[in-house]
Amino acid sequence: MENNTPILEVKDLHTHFLTKTGAVKAVDGVSFDIKPGETLGIVGESGSGKSITAMSIMQLISPPGKIVQGEILFEGENLNNKTEKEMRKIRGKEISMIFQDPMTSLNPVFTIEKQMVETIRTHEAMNKKQAKQRAVELLDLVGIPDPEARLKNYPHEFSGGMRQRAMIAMALACNPKVLIADEPTTALDVTIQAQILELLAKLQKELGMAIIMITHDLGVVAEVCDRVMVMYAGKPVEFTDVLSLFDHAKHPYTWGLMHSIPKITDQKQKLEAIEGLPPDLRALPKGCSFAARCKHAMDSCFEVDPSFKQYQANHHVRCLLYENEENEKVVPS
Amino acid sequence: MSSLLEVKKLKKHFPVKSGGIIPRQTGAVKAVDGVSFDVKKGETLGLVGESGCGKSTAGRAILKLHEPTDGEIIFKGKDITNVQGEQLRKLRQEMQLIFQDPYASLNPRKTVEQIITEPMKIFNVPKRERQKKLSRLMDVVGLSSYQKDRYPHQFSGGQRQRIGIARSLALDPDLVICDEPVSALDVSIQAQVVNLMEDLQQEFDLTYIFIAHDLSVVHHISDRVAVMYLGQIVEIGEVGELYRNPKHPYTQALLSAIPEANPHKQKERILIKGDLPSPSNPPQGCKFHTRCPLAEDICKQVNPELKQVSEHGQQAACHLVKEVVAGH
Ligand SMILES: Nc1ncnc2c1ncn2[C@@H]1O[C@H](COP(=O)(O)OP(=O)(O)O)[C@@H](O)[C@H]1O
Ligand SMILES: Nc1ncnc2c1ncn2[C@@H]1O[C@H](COP(=O)(O)OP(=O)(O)O)[C@@H](O)[C@H]1O
Ligand SMILES: [Mg+2]
Ligand SMILES: [Mg+2]
Repeated sequence: MENNTPILEVKDLHTHFLTKTGAVKAVDGVSFDIKPGETLGIVGESGSGKSITAMSIMQLISPPGKIVQGEILFEGENLNNKTEKEMRKIRGKEISMIFQDPMTSLNPVFTIEKQMVETIRTHEAMNKKQAKQRAVELLDLVGIPDPEARLKNYPHEFSGGMRQRAMIAMALACNPKVLIADEPTTALDVTIQAQILELLAKLQKELGMAIIMITHDLGVVAEVCDRVMVMYAGKPVEFTDVLSLFDHAKHPYTWGLMHSIPKITDQKQKLEAIEGLPPDLRALPKGCSFAARCKHAMDSCFEVDPSFKQYQANHHVRCLLYENEENEKVVPS
Repeated sequence: MSSLLEVKKLKKHFPVKSGGIIPRQTGAVKAVDGVSFDVKKGETLGLVGESGCGKSTAGRAILKLHEPTDGEIIFKGKDITNVQGEQLRKLRQEMQLIFQDPYASLNPRKTVEQIITEPMKIFNVPKRERQKKLSRLMDVVGLSSYQKDRYPHQFSGGQRQRIGIARSLALDPDLVICDEPVSALDVSIQAQVVNLMEDLQQEFDLTYIFIAHDLSVVHHISDRVAVMYLGQIVEIGEVGELYRNPKHPYTQALLSAIPEANPHKQKERILIKGDLPSPSNPPQGCKFHTRCPLAEDICKQVNPELKQVSEHGQQAACHLVKEVVAGH
């Protein structure tokens, strides 16, 4: 059932915020594609441009933000050229998004039923009764017990985990081809996180959608992603399949992330923190954005901004260590 | 090692009031419902459990920011459960709290200098000494002294947490209760702050109660760990043993739910169903029985007490775990 034609392709996306104090290059040259049934992870610390990448795909960037360059091809059509009216048909039907805070997509003053029925009827030719039946099925699908009765509830009558499920049910109402999940479990306890990740995996299997999983948790990445893009200061710095990422990470930032997380092993070692802070996106330093925090930085790293280079089949990295063979000798194995 | 803090059968219930002109108490949220543990000088006790299980309330009751409903708190051998006034003020020097959200707990209109020296001012530390302490504290938490005239919003999340830590150390406390101190930080910054807290513990001989829902961080920093469920401790023990060999079904489920940063490993997962029941109407018997995959009849009737379940002193509250007599 492998389908190798990408459902979504992002090509050299640049999204900037033109603020009074300068242009914030929130997303600055992001490219990736994703195939049906695949899960692509986007990892990076806060402010690295993950959410703005997602919002750009959904065409939800508003001034002073602007997509200044690039293409977003959904089934071959550039979403950047769609009108708002056309996008409204795509959002929620073809491409859906779920968020860390379910209240971003749930309205506190309406019952779950009203919201779900409305969402379904926006996209599908159904009468109220049919839409309600569909809503019951969806709540059942995401594991909310007693769905008929629960439809009558307001969002605040649900627990955090249940709200997350309700939001997922709404996002899946029209069998989207792409689901963008922006930190969907960050605010949840691990027990509930495990339930939600299992649910997403099951739904993906049944419905065949592509999932873009935005997270800063490498554990979640290891568990659910097929391929991973690591972002730093608006740019992808490493992009490869999940096994290569964990077994043969190339970028010093990726190494830093992996060493920063405490591992539950018997040997306790001091954590290797990444010193310093991410740069101000309005005044990016010359050279590589990560150089100031990089343990392996060479003089040239403060001068030359490395290109995003294919290192091996399916492994891209943005780092001068790999620009010529002489440098590679210093790379720790 | 002697105990710095002993908590015995601590309870904190919040009254639930009905509406009406004269509100009546109609029930209680049993946020902390009979918790006992001790903390030895210089050690770190981790406190874990799902949100809403009563971790913060327990921490605040120990600091007497909440008036305990019942039980005893013994600090340095003295019963402090009911101290008030001047004695309580003195006690506040010796016990400090670090919060999850340093932004909400730092006054936005005060400079870093004012924030860090404020506790010393309250306790009448002379100005010269305050200034000396200020530069030393800023130095140890990794802030530069030229930043002392800046305001909290001019700092990143990690730096704000450093300011909060510096303030909490201003009066040389013995016990620091850290309530989710790194939960809001990115992993790279989280590692910086965790390392800092470990260094400070060494340097200032601090005792920590470290509250967090991130089980990997708790594993890293703690000597012993207590697992809470609905206001009670269900398991407590030395960190390595507890993580290697959890006895309580809840601890087992909790630990199995941690996603591991290793794509080669397919983790055996014990999924527990549903959410935490409401602490104002907790289940009869063992409070975990409604979600427990192993529950038997007795679990629905009798709430189990903590008992020793390993030769090294690990304790669990579960009918289905065998008691082990110590000292073999
Ligand atoms: N409305 C805005 N105005 C100016 N800058 C913004 C705006 N929204 C986001 N940004 C900036 O864009 C960058 C990327 O943000 P985001 O994509 O939300 O990061 P994250 O990786 O945490 O999801 C951040 O540095 C943020 O400050
Ligand atoms: N001031 C309060 N009044 C009433 N209920 C409270 C109060 N503070 C906490 N609670 C309740 O007590 C329970 C435990 O809360 P808390 O100690 O904050 O848990 P945790 O820190 O483990 O997430 C929760 O059900 C919470 O809603
Ligand atoms: Mg984000
Ligand atoms: Mg809390």
